[in-house]
Amino acid sequence: MLTYVPARAWGTRVAAVLLSLAVVYFLVSIAGNSNFGWSTVGEYLFDARILSGLYLTLWLTLVTMAIGVVLGTVFAVMAMSRNVVISTVANAYIWFFRGTPVLVQLIFWYNLGALFPELSIGIPFTSWGVSVPTNTLISPITAAVLGLGLNEGAYMSEIIRSGLLAVDPGQRQAATSLGMTARKALWRIVLPQAMPVIIPPTGNQTIGMLKTSSLVSVISLSDLLYSAQTIYSRNFQTIPLLIVACLWYLLATTILSWLQSRIERHFARSRNVST
Amino acid sequence: MMHSLPETTAMRAPMIVFDRVSKNFGDLSVLRDINLTVAAGEVISLIGPSGSGKSTLLRCVNHLERIERGSITVDGELIGYRRVGNLAHELPEKLIARQRARIAMVFQNFNLFGHKTALENVMEAPVHVLGIPRREAEAQAVKLLTRVGLSDKMNNYPRMLSGGQQQRVAIARALAMKPKVILFDEPTSALDPELVGEVLDVMRDLASDGMTMMVVTHEMSFAREVCHRIAFMEAGRIVECGKPAEVLDSPAFERTRAFLSRVQ
Ligand SMILES: Nc1ncnc2c1ncn2[C@@H]1O[C@H](COP(=O)(O)OP(=O)(O)O)[C@@H](O)[C@H]1O
Ligand SMILES: [Mg+2]
Repeated sequence: MLTYVPARAWGTRVAAVLLSLAVVYFLVSIAGNSNFGWSTVGEYLFDARILSGLYLTLWLTLVTMAIGVVLGTVFAVMAMSRNVVISTVANAYIWFFRGTPVLVQLIFWYNLGALFPELSIGIPFTSWGVSVPTNTLISPITAAVLGLGLNEGAYMSEIIRSGLLAVDPGQRQAATSLGMTARKALWRIVLPQAMPVIIPPTGNQTIGMLKTSSLVSVISLSDLLYSAQTIYSRNFQTIPLLIVACLWYLLATTILSWLQSRIERHFARSRNVST
Repeated sequence: MMHSLPETTAMRAPMIVFDRVSKNFGDLSVLRDINLTVAAGEVISLIGPSGSGKSTLLRCVNHLERIERGSITVDGELIGYRRVGNLAHELPEKLIARQRARIAMVFQNFNLFGHKTALENVMEAPVHVLGIPRREAEAQAVKLLTRVGLSDKMNNYPRMLSGGQQQRVAIARALAMKPKVILFDEPTSALDPELVGEVLDVMRDLASDGMTMMVVTHEMSFAREVCHRIAFMEAGRIVECGKPAEVLDSPAFERTRAFLSRVQ
């Protein structure tokens, strides 16, 4: 009768000890360094301006990602359409919004009023319809949502398209031969199976958007980073306030990553559950 | 075990009728002037070399492929089109889907829905295509899975099933639609040899139950024992078609003989 002794990973243990020591040393030296201004960090961590900036950042991230996912799904399906007109429209959209800097898109939407002073809905080349001054319609927040959302839609459509392509065409055939319409087959059979491929890069995009959304400061919106900048431009506590912003970004990223792993596990259940 | 069909298939109502069917893929002529009538309750097997058009012929029956000339009817209903005088207008997607719902297909690679359990696979289309209440669909699915010998695997996902088990789930899924006909495209070709038997047993059972079946297969013993007729296809044509013994033992054409000597 043999007793099995698993191989001990000595290398891993040594590395873990050395690394822990290095991390502790690093943390102690930072915490003890008064130049970091830890008391200032504490003072501003829950400052009302910082919190309202955080709120805008989170709100923009969620809203623009939601728009991005919806537009991305629509354009991904359009891009794969056999109808040349439809697929060309989708590809043109993807080409344009991926091909221009999102910063420029934001400024463009913000300044739409300068290009088209009035927006109107009506029958072209007739006097029928209604007009509104563009600037009453496009507030900075609308410009931010349009700019970030349309840009995100282009990236998401590529992610969703690659997910749809990863599903075996036999799945759609089986669904079709059971009497499902193309739309039903997409929603019930193909998309759910594309999710394991779609979710990880979507999580990536969401975390990226958390930080990309800080670009809205150029159209005078006070997101998290811009709020921190506003404060340190007055009191010159640059590093402590940037630390405040980073701590919130890190917390938000941690929560989003956790959510992502929960969602991934949900969609992976057909792969590892056994009864 | 041989079950009997009336001596002359003409005594039974025609279920699938191919009338001068032709189909091209670009310049390639894949089906040429196919005439074939499959009677209700008949089991017919399609044999022939790879690329001869067997799969395409099956796929045309539920309009997964369009035909260029001729017509296909199932149970008297023109497939994929509506006849107006001399014109055949292609049906809208919803109506084609409705026709497909009663024409089941079983694939070489099973194509079970990977994100659904065996039970959910069988329930999916009855609930979401036919609109049958969940509870009713579930009871039916349990019955069908039991019939194909999988009462203990209902909650397994396809990944946890052997090929033979997956194909039996696929057959149960087809039966759940109460189809008028079932089209089998090489149902055992992807299986390990020792798993072929369990799938053929289920098909034999369906045949003796009077299901109308078109079966593309390389299993000559199955074709001989279970099928009422065998059609040999080559280069898009049905070269000969007749009782298994006639086609397999004394083929009328040299090309049939050459093919049979290669597969048997
Ligand atoms: N979607 C398609 N596009 C172009 N050619 C095809 C397509 N599907 C099948 N073919 C061609 O049609 C012929 C018949 O194919 P198929 O019906 O699959 O034959 P079989 O099932 O008898 O092996 C082959 O030459 C094949 O290459
Ligand atoms: Mg084939």
